[in-house]
Amino acid sequence: MSEPLVAIRGLAVDFGGAPALRGIDLAIAPGEALGLVGESGCGKSVTWLAALGLLPGRARVSGSVRLAGEEILGAAPAVLDRVRGGRVAMIFQDPASSLNPVHRIGRQVAEALGLHRGLRGVAARAEARRLLDQVGIPDAGRRLDAYPHELSGGQNQRVMIAMALAGQPELLVADEPTTALDVTIQAQILELLGALRRETGMALVLISHDLGVVAETCERVAVMYAGRIVEEARVARLFAAPTHPYTQGLLGALPPLDGPRRPLSAIPGSVPEPNGMPPGCAFAPRCPHAAAACALGVPEAVAVEPDHAAACLRAVRELLPA
Amino acid sequence: MLRFLGFRLLRAAITIVMVVSFAFVVLRLSGDPAQIIMGADAPPEAIAAFRRAWGLEEPLWLQYLRYFGAIFSGDLGRSMRDGREAIALVAERIPATLALTIPALLIKLGIGIPAGITAALHRNSLVDRAVMVLAVAGFTVPSFVLGLLLVLVFAVQLGWLPSGGQESWRHAILPIVTMGVGGAAVLARFTRSAMLEVLGQPYIRTASAKGVPWRAVVWGHALPNAAIPTVTIIGFMVGSLIAGAVVVESVFSWPGVGRLLVVAVANRDLAVVQCILLLVAATMVAANLVVDLLYGALDPRLRQRAG
Repeated sequence: MSEPLVAIRGLAVDFGGAPALRGIDLAIAPGEALGLVGESGCGKSVTWLAALGLLPGRARVSGSVRLAGEEILGAAPAVLDRVRGGRVAMIFQDPASSLNPVHRIGRQVAEALGLHRGLRGVAARAEARRLLDQVGIPDAGRRLDAYPHELSGGQNQRVMIAMALAGQPELLVADEPTTALDVTIQAQILELLGALRRETGMALVLISHDLGVVAETCERVAVMYAGRIVEEARVARLFAAPTHPYTQGLLGALPPLDGPRRPLSAIPGSVPEPNGMPPGCAFAPRCPHAAAACALGVPEAVAVEPDHAAACLRAVRELLPA
Repeated sequence: MLRFLGFRLLRAAITIVMVVSFAFVVLRLSGDPAQIIMGADAPPEAIAAFRRAWGLEEPLWLQYLRYFGAIFSGDLGRSMRDGREAIALVAERIPATLALTIPALLIKLGIGIPAGITAALHRNSLVDRAVMVLAVAGFTVPSFVLGLLLVLVFAVQLGWLPSGGQESWRHAILPIVTMGVGGAAVLARFTRSAMLEVLGQPYIRTASAKGVPWRAVVWGHALPNAAIPTVTIIGFMVGSLIAGAVVVESVFSWPGVGRLLVVAVANRDLAVVQCILLLVAATMVAANLVVDLLYGALDPRLRQRAG
């Protein structure tokens, strides 16, 4: 990979003794679309909230997050305010409650335009209208004066996207952007995100618990489990040759669209509690291939192929000559 | 909007009628004004004459109808003690009461709201804890206890301020502070919890995520939302400008509406009590009406439902 846009190294987050992230290494190239997958509570959202300094004060954050080479973790508020929305924008799961209920949406979009592009008054309103048009809100001129409660969930998410685009960011982090929406609206929003990425050339991080959503939209996937990234590969490669038993379990739980019918498998057990992590590999207690060695140390990610890494002792063993 | 207003006005009128009716019945069932005003050892003929003069020997329902008929022609009755019009008696006390309650309201707003906001923004810090300890102390101590405490310290011990009466502006300080402290404590707690509730909302995170500086997040995004529940409690405070000083006026012998009420109740001076209650109900209802209208101005979601 050339110079990454965002490079996260050893990012760890602790909420008063309960570790939420246990050392995340992740790099995003300019213009790339990366999917971040895992079950709820595995740290997908926390990774990006921590990177942008959006976690509440009681969270202890350590590690490094570099944006085009510049460290932003623990940066001064003035620096972070320029990064947020201006270089890295973020949209959230529940669009209805993510917009301020007492402000008109035009004002909320214009606020971002004022902060990052210095647009005010008529110019800001015209640009806000163009953005609403761009994200596919019909009758954008009139919608500027609507309040969030007057729009549907899908339209509110489009407003959130317009607001995110306002600062012309280099990276858009979409945190479960379609989870709260109907299936048909989901597809439209994903399509919109893909189209906007092609038009603007911004990178996209799509956080989702849905492998299918990620497969359609992204080029690369990182699978997270219990606060760590356990596998990372290009989408096609991950679906074809999952290496980590957790990824294999996730894919085994998806019904195939073609081919013979087969029983869906489930991953036994449940995710360990943050303050009750097993020693060694966090997945070992649920892993069908667990061995004594798995409890000895947290497995490091190793490259099983170029552009494909997995944090599993079996991956290492398979690489060794027999 | 007009329908909304019409509906609220109708409800306000019903509330006032209910308060006045309730007072009418309770006052007449709980003691005989003739006995109290004429004294226990007045001759029976004098008491009978008094009853006839004030229409007290008529059946209750007839008195009630007569009373309401008089209200609608603008006659609120006369004091049974000195025969003056009740409304005049009450009206001349209002300025004295407002001289206490309005400055006290300003203290409540001026201290309570900033203290609540500061506590919420520094949750669990030393500042927050200090504000909350003071707030709990401020609203658990009843105003007559606080009033007496202040008298003990500033009038009796230090001799800085007078302990009662209405001769100069210095006489107003202790009663104003007594009322202001309790109200500021209530408002601080309310504002704090409203702010904490709002600060935990996703749209606050959205504002931060789009690069809004924290100060502007607080002023532009959090406060307008936190104002909605806080306005309710301020409405109550405004509504009790007339009648909120009963205890404090008694403690500091301040000749306002509150003291008049206490004396009139003790004497069963029916017209005066009813006149004050009518006034209290009307101000409370008016304040509530304003609060309802403010809700609409503050929260577009309510505006739509109302319109």
